[in-house]
Amino acid sequence: MSDDWIDILPTALPTSQAIDFVSDSRAGGIALFLGTTRSEKNAQGHDLRSLEYEAYLEMALPQLQTRAQAARSQCPIVKQVILHRTGRVEFSQPSVLIAVASPHRHEAFAACRFIIDAIKADVAIWKKEIWSDGSGTWVQPNVAT
Amino acid sequence: MLINVRLFALLKDRAGADHFSLDLPEKSTIAHAIEQLRHRLPALADHLNHIAFALNRSYTQSNTPLQDGDELALIPPVSGG
Repeated sequence: MSDDWIDILPTALPTSQAIDFVSDSRAGGIALFLGTTRSEKNAQGHDLRSLEYEAYLEMALPQLQTRAQAARSQCPIVKQVILHRTGRVEFSQPSVLIAVASPHRHEAFAACRFIIDAIKADVAIWKKEIWSDGSGTWVQPNVAT
Repeated sequence: MLINVRLFALLKDRAGADHFSLDLPEKSTIAHAIEQLRHRLPALADHLNHIAFALNRSYTQSNTPLQDGDELALIPPVSGG
């Protein structure tokens, strides 16, 4: 069985299954990162209702697998899970889950940070903010509008 | 030659489609494909300066030559996580 579980899912991310997956007697620490939907208002004063994620699956999944391999080259990882949502994600629900088991805690924390930063940099996944008036806005970081 | 263009996120919404075929002369590059797109889908024109390109699922540059059957994805700024 592989020591990496990498996937993009249209359903709620299975947090406890991810922790079970990385639990291992070789690990001295497990770091878990959950990226969750937080409450916001847009410039028109409308409340954020949810987020909607879209992925170029045929590209994004291999990208996540490559990031997992890169994390292994940076940090001693026993087991790791990288899961990302597609579709609608409600408040406080995770859109991304990273779980890393390493021999020592600081390696697990470092690997989690490395992976989430890599995902945000260039993995082919997009986020749409859905507002209380029913409108939607694609999030476009680093683009002057 | 025919290439398959994939659109995502903002570009998909603006175009009202997530893919279509583009007929290009031999030896065309991605930049040539984008020029044709500006005319065919004016709704995308404002956004085509802020995108990356993936050819057959790998990032590449706009001067990359295309071949019949290629999949060209227009990648707006990503916002995963």
